Amino acid sequence: MTNNGTSKYALEARNLHIFYSSFRAVRNVTMQIEPNKITALIGPSGCGKSTLLRSFNRMNDLVLGSRAEGEILYRGQNLYGNNVDPVEVRRRIGMVFQKPNPFPKSIFDNIAYGPRILGQRNKKVLAEIVEKSLRQAALWDDVKDNLKKSGLALSGGQQQRLCIARTLAVEPEIILMDEPCSALDPIATLRIEELMRELKEQYTIIIVTHNMQQAARVSDYTAFMLMGNERAGELIEFDQTERIFTKPADSRTEDYITGRFG
Amino acid sequence: MSIPENTTTTTQFLPDEQQLQKNIRRRNRQAKSWKYVFLFSIILAMFSLFMLFFSIIRQAFTYVVIYDQVNPATLSDKPLEDLSKEELGDIVETYYTGIRTGRNDIRTIVFQEVLGLTTSQQEAIADRERAKETVTVREIFEDKNKEYPSALADQSIIRLQVADYAAIIEENSDQSSLYDFVIEKVVQPLIVDSWPIDQYLFDRDTIDAEIADAEARLRLEKEDPTLKVTEPEFRSWIQWHLIVDTIDLSRPEDAGLRTAIIGSIWMIALTILFALPLGVGAAIYLEEYAAGGPIARIIQTNIDNLAGVPSIIYGILGLALFVRLLENVTSGSLFGFGSGDETANGRTILSASLTMALLILPVIIINAQEAIRAVPDSLRQASYGLGATKWQTVWNHVLPNAMPGILTGTILAISRAFGETAVLVVVGSITRITVDPSGPFSRFTVLPLQIFALITQPQAQFRNVAAAGILLLLAILLSLNAIAVILRNRFSKRAV
Repeated sequence: MTNNGTSKYALEARNLHIFYSSFRAVRNVTMQIEPNKITALIGPSGCGKSTLLRSFNRMNDLVLGSRAEGEILYRGQNLYGNNVDPVEVRRRIGMVFQKPNPFPKSIFDNIAYGPRILGQRNKKVLAEIVEKSLRQAALWDDVKDNLKKSGLALSGGQQQRLCIARTLAVEPEIILMDEPCSALDPIATLRIEELMRELKEQYTIIIVTHNMQQAARVSDYTAFMLMGNERAGELIEFDQTERIFTKPADSRTEDYITGRFG
Repeated sequence: MSIPENTTTTTQFLPDEQQLQKNIRRRNRQAKSWKYVFLFSIILAMFSLFMLFFSIIRQAFTYVVIYDQVNPATLSDKPLEDLSKEELGDIVETYYTGIRTGRNDIRTIVFQEVLGLTTSQQEAIADRERAKETVTVREIFEDKNKEYPSALADQSIIRLQVADYAAIIEENSDQSSLYDFVIEKVVQPLIVDSWPIDQYLFDRDTIDAEIADAEARLRLEKEDPTLKVTEPEFRSWIQWHLIVDTIDLSRPEDAGLRTAIIGSIWMIALTILFALPLGVGAAIYLEEYAAGGPIARIIQTNIDNLAGVPSIIYGILGLALFVRLLENVTSGSLFGFGSGDETANGRTILSASLTMALLILPVIIINAQEAIRAVPDSLRQASYGLGATKWQTVWNHVLPNAMPGILTGTILAISRAFGETAVLVVVGSITRITVDPSGPFSRFTVLPLQIFALITQPQAQFRNVAAAGILLLLAILLSLNAIAVILRNRFSKRAV
């Protein structure tokens, strides 16, 4: 992947269609993701927002029969281009999942795993990475005394922050979050949201959420998606969060955010 | 009925209240009768298992009557175990002087059991003697580091008298080993008959009658009207010599299963070596690389079917492929190992292990696939999300987390291979073998086949040896399963 792109956007989807075998899951999405901002994808279940998110780092490739048409530009390079290695894409564009999924390993190994598979073997450097990532994820003070403890022994909120720290350890530019708080209680959710606000100083964040308050609280931009013809997800409206929640241009957006359906 | 009847509302779509009450009783009755059906199946299974163990154990622990071919009372006035070493030596000398081939017999004993000479070494000595050379006692004994009476030092080792050989035996034994020698070679106790322990406890009359019969028969046979057999005494057929001795199809009391045990261990070790990496590799490919594809589906169907193919079919495949077609490989001649056993012709441990590996491969693959499938997808996604390659994900996450399941499945498959016989009959395992296998290119036998050979012997006492062998086989299988459990627990602990 070349680094010579000069686009002012962190990511740019152009006429993107995503298919699962013959089923079209996402139809014709065009959107630009601003760098160092939080972009939220909202919409009712089945509208293709998770699919869209997963196409941003080609996690969809893991689903048998999935393919994409159109372009996702990252630094001027189409992520679905012929010579792009998805392994490299996923390192640059990290992902945090709905359910906290730490490896059944120690906290240290959870975070050191990414750097290790990328070839960093120096123990001192690894220790540094682990500390830096945990500090960034606001978990360092909780776990600094027992890094050897299993990642699974942490509470749900801590596990999710561990997963975020793990993602940060491979130094991505963009972090995709797929409903990162849906399995957490309100207090843990707030802490993750706080963390996201801190992280956007350095990273571009795209988050899928079912929780419209959350989208309103944390995001700078919001994309509203809806299931359209033939059950394919479509991008209805994409704008600054403030506008979406105060003066939506589309009546369907208004219906959704005011709770009239969905 | 503690809930008051519902009188305020009536059910709309359900049967009326009275009917519902009746239904409850009927439904409960039904539930209960099913419970008894299940209980009955459990009891039946437990009973069969109990009967299995009972029928084996009663044969492995029996009462026996023994007939001494030479009555100890005729050898000495005192009980034999109280005799001194010298007196025992005299008994040996007297005994071998008394029989016609005594000098040859005792010389063979000295050569084989005292000196441990091989057949070719004995022939070499005989050849030198024929060439008018004198092979002295000193030469051979000092070579083997054994004791000898100094008076015999310069005499020919072949031309000694019975008394001299007896002196040599005496010189090289202590009292207790000489006593054992006298019992084994002179007294020669013979098990006349054996009875399961339960028969001894509950049916003494039949046993007494049979003892009387046996005694009468022996009296006729030996033309000795005063001949007596011993009182019935307890004998456990599970003995140390069962493990350390080779098979002896003439004397059940001396039969051991060493060759079969070593053969089984060799075969199983090689089978694991072939089947485990292949099976796990195939499972990884099917689950992680080709999952859901049309080719994977075809392969999957075939593997599922192969798991149900009768083992004899695999045996025939092994015979055609490994024994016949690949004889050069399986007999070792391709690698220059042919010297081991010229008569093997590919009917070697290697052939058997390869065939056995084919037999258990489908089972291992299916088990490993299930274990791999059980690894949560979230782990794979987390790994891929960090930029891991497929192999890194498989090696670091899928395999370690699937390991307990893979191991359990493998060891269960191995247990099956351990008890398998049909395959080996076809591939050419032999039962009358007393030479331990020395490597993958040797001929061999295995425990289940050896047990079968024992059962088909005419002498009833071999059934007792077989029962003991079955218990040994069960013990090994249970140990294998125990290892599986331990490994699984260790791996699952490590994984969390």
